[in-house]
Amino acid sequence: MSHSRHLLALASGLVSTPASTGPGNWIPPRSPSLTIQSFFPRGSTTFSNMGVNTGAQDVVHPRSPKSLHLRRSFISGERSSADCARTPGLIVTEYLDRLREKEPDVKSFLHISSSALDEAAEIDGRLARGDDPGPLAGIPIAIKDNLCTRGMPSTGGSRILDGYRPPYDATAVKRLKESGAVLIGKTNLDEFGMGSSTESSAYQVTSNPWDLSRVPGGSSGGSAAAVAAGQCACALGSDTGGSIRQPASFCGVVGLKPTYGRVSRFGLMAYASSLDVVGCLGTSVDDVSLLLTAIAGHDPADATSSSKVVPNYLKALVPAKELPGNPLAGMKFGIIKETIGEGVEPAVAQVVKNAVVHLEKLGAVVQEVSLPTFSLGLPAYYVLAASEASSNLSRYDGIRYGPRVVADELNAMYGASRGQGFGAEVKRRILMGTYALSAGYYDAFYKRAQQVRTLIQQDFKKALEDGHILVSPVAPSPAFKIGEKVLDPLSMYLGDLMTVNVNMAGLPALSLPCGLIEDEGSKLPVGLQLIGNAFEEEELLRVGHIFEQTVPTW
Amino acid sequence: MAMAMAMAVGSCESIVLLYSQPRIPRSALQIRCSSSLASKQASSSSKIPSALQDFEAVIGVETHVQLGTATKAFCGCLSQYGAQPNSNVCPVCMGLPGALPVLNERVVDFAVKLGLALNCDLSLRSKFDRKQYFYADLPKGYQISQFDIPIARHGSIEVDLPVEYGGGHRKFGITRVHIEEDAGKLVHAGGGGRLSGSPYSLVDLNRAGVPLLEIVSEPDMRTGIEAAEYAAEVARVVKCLGIGSGSMAEGSLRCDVNVSVRPRGQAAFGTKVEIKNMNSCAAMHRAIDFEILRQVALHKEGLESKIVQETRLWEEGSQRTVTMRAKEGLADYRYFPEPDLLELVLKQEQVDSINEALPELPNETRRRYEALGLSMQDVLVLADDKSVSEYFDSTLEQGADMKMAANWIMGDITAYLKTEKLSISDVKISPSVLAELVSLIKDGTISGKIGKEILPELIRNGGTAKEVIEAKGLTQISDEAEIASLVDKVLLENPKQLEAFKKGKTKLQGFFEGQVMRSTNGRVNPILMKKVVAQKLGLS
Repeated sequence: MSHSRHLLALASGLVSTPASTGPGNWIPPRSPSLTIQSFFPRGSTTFSNMGVNTGAQDVVHPRSPKSLHLRRSFISGERSSADCARTPGLIVTEYLDRLREKEPDVKSFLHISSSALDEAAEIDGRLARGDDPGPLAGIPIAIKDNLCTRGMPSTGGSRILDGYRPPYDATAVKRLKESGAVLIGKTNLDEFGMGSSTESSAYQVTSNPWDLSRVPGGSSGGSAAAVAAGQCACALGSDTGGSIRQPASFCGVVGLKPTYGRVSRFGLMAYASSLDVVGCLGTSVDDVSLLLTAIAGHDPADATSSSKVVPNYLKALVPAKELPGNPLAGMKFGIIKETIGEGVEPAVAQVVKNAVVHLEKLGAVVQEVSLPTFSLGLPAYYVLAASEASSNLSRYDGIRYGPRVVADELNAMYGASRGQGFGAEVKRRILMGTYALSAGYYDAFYKRAQQVRTLIQQDFKKALEDGHILVSPVAPSPAFKIGEKVLDPLSMYLGDLMTVNVNMAGLPALSLPCGLIEDEGSKLPVGLQLIGNAFEEEELLRVGHIFEQTVPTW
Repeated sequence: MAMAMAMAVGSCESIVLLYSQPRIPRSALQIRCSSSLASKQASSSSKIPSALQDFEAVIGVETHVQLGTATKAFCGCLSQYGAQPNSNVCPVCMGLPGALPVLNERVVDFAVKLGLALNCDLSLRSKFDRKQYFYADLPKGYQISQFDIPIARHGSIEVDLPVEYGGGHRKFGITRVHIEEDAGKLVHAGGGGRLSGSPYSLVDLNRAGVPLLEIVSEPDMRTGIEAAEYAAEVARVVKCLGIGSGSMAEGSLRCDVNVSVRPRGQAAFGTKVEIKNMNSCAAMHRAIDFEILRQVALHKEGLESKIVQETRLWEEGSQRTVTMRAKEGLADYRYFPEPDLLELVLKQEQVDSINEALPELPNETRRRYEALGLSMQDVLVLADDKSVSEYFDSTLEQGADMKMAANWIMGDITAYLKTEKLSISDVKISPSVLAELVSLIKDGTISGKIGKEILPELIRNGGTAKEVIEAKGLTQISDEAEIASLVDKVLLENPKQLEAFKKGKTKLQGFFEGQVMRSTNGRVNPILMKKVVAQKLGLS
């Protein structure tokens, strides 16, 4: 290619060289910065063509063994001859084609970008000119629709923002754009993030690519399904009580809920401000690490964002063939006792126990730990989250944006606009939250829940002093059937048992595919939750990367 | 932003965003509260003493001080008075989805200043809370405020009541000072600017998010003039600290007053009534006195049950309070800690350095002037405005006679400023020139009359007093020999009058004095001249 000279020039400037970073930070040549399925999904190792799940859509193998060396291929010129033609423009075209092909079945997108190809062409141009296209150049990324995207519809899955196009980008979105990423579209979610199945979306029901009769989980169900179905390379989600981890578990992808404050919330439509976190979904720990590196860091527009230095999360990752014999030797893990007993499907518990055995084989010591306050987390979470939600959603009043119902006087206008604009689950939480904050009830509900939150934080702190990382299932069950829990909100809430406490404590947690279970003829993925110390995402990702590279193929 | 606006604007539904609104003129001159009270006193105030023989009023004031920060409390928008409607707005102060507040540090500095000036205990750790209610001018559906832990509390303020109201020194308690944000403005189209009968309302969010400090007083005031003077003193402190314009007329200082009345000797408070919509201290005074009389009258008729907890508006036109809305029990604002903002932590060093840099406060200035021996009337006038007291102080530092300097500033200079609608910072005459002028008069170089003549010139164009006097040839003639020849000349020119004088018409002495004065255009030293005239007439 005639521009090879420019690409070489780019390579010297962009790719940090092993020589200069030292052995500790060495980037292995076989572990590219971004991994994307090459001939995805056909020709790749997917569960569907392994013949285990014929009724399902093609899904990405969680460990992406045939990962594409996309970034390197067009930046360093080291790509294989077969990849020669894969410019950002072509990559985005392929993804868009696949997105449209899968969309009628999966319904993961609320909006598909009309400018993605232009943006990819613009990156092609930058590459041709020898400009730095950024670490995510040309990577098609989907954005959960509760993150504001400038000029692009952003509804939060709610009728009350039907047609709303924000005048600004969320900080996480802005940082992706600055890194060269191409926003491919906006993904479906439970209205304002309130739900665990994406069925609370005002617009459509998203299906789980593993079994279209099942939910993808929620609330980031659209993002998880889109990643699993190969409609995007990776995606942003948000996690208030498990909204990244649980859909990642249900869809067999990797999901990271960062520490509270690690990623700016600016531009994330607030559900429960003290619990909300923006995070990442991808097919591999590599992708999630790359994405987190791009979006993490202090934001002057978010007072709760941390100013702690952001490491390059890729640097902690060691490829399989560089690993020593017992890569986790000397590490102590704690499996949370309260998450593997009653209330958890035995098959799920078994898969997680198998994963624990694998961790031990890698040299780790795994002990059972008890978090005495664990069971208090769920009710306390629902009090706090609903309380904050009741306040955060007050701004949707039909006055400045969103549909307005005309009425004779102001209160009637509010009532009608909000009554028609919000769905049942959102109304339920606003009512609960309003009640919990009311005079005379505040102490019994909100204040008590905050006290519980403190106890949960203390329990986690103590448990993490004993072990480096805590382990649990992500959810008590695999993906359930669409409609199965719609009429039973309490059972839906119970599904958040394993995840909400992590938000209450503000800790980072990784959801990793760790096995499959069979349910009514479907093979369904199960996720393993790794919980770490605050701001120690690097350690979680390092361990998660070792795990995903070494766990036996199913 | 344009898109969001465009969607909201241009609709003919019940609320639209505002595009154009007449600019409210800024009042050019601040007038001291008490001096305007004297002239505008409503007839009701004279009935107050008898009404308060058997009853006691209990008054507390909630004051909202708009802070003069360059930008808003929680975003970077300009905090500007009188800008085009909806021109100083952004996602944060419009309450767009996903927008988050970030605290303006200047607001904290200003709050600490005011807290210290009001002798408060500062909370080294305080926090923000959300006060929740729905209204069209409140973009987020909640106001960021401080609820159970205000930044400052347990303070006090000292005032000196106007001499014309009998004077007296008072100390009122300050319950708390807290930080909050202002709401936007609604303009009700049609219906004469009032909500009732208006077909639609316009929303201007320029003011939304402008920083406020709310000061809550203890219910320590007993009369309208005490409450009015409290408000005037708060305004003085705000201006003195430079944290806001402190103008009730502009609305940058707004007072809501709670008034209740109880029979003397009763410990329990009566039912309190809130009064709003007073745009001057004088209006506060009259509104409170009206309300006291209204409540006392109801008590006297045995109708005290008709005093209900309500909000009443002061109507300036009819000089009375009218019911705005009856309180349906206590509003439940469902306060809870604002999760988008961190705990507000003050460092002791930060507080100490702000404390050290505090200017002399109005009460301290008054006490200092009092100690100098100025009359309370002079003290109150000179210490009313920081720029005036600073001018006075500089004039004294230049060695001017205190009483003369005070009289010149309170008299001729103030009169000139009022006529020309200027403030003392606009005048070209520097304190040192005023000191010069005063000493020239004192040492007899010019007369007081000439001083008054050249003052406008000095105020308008500056220069030293000597320069103007010499340029105009206005130096006083104080040389006895020169005066003697002037007198001789006058006597010589008026032989008839001299003859009449010698025949006993001694009243003509004044005629000769006048002639001498006139012949010098008033430049002659009057005392010396009178002495010489008397000598020449053989009277001494």
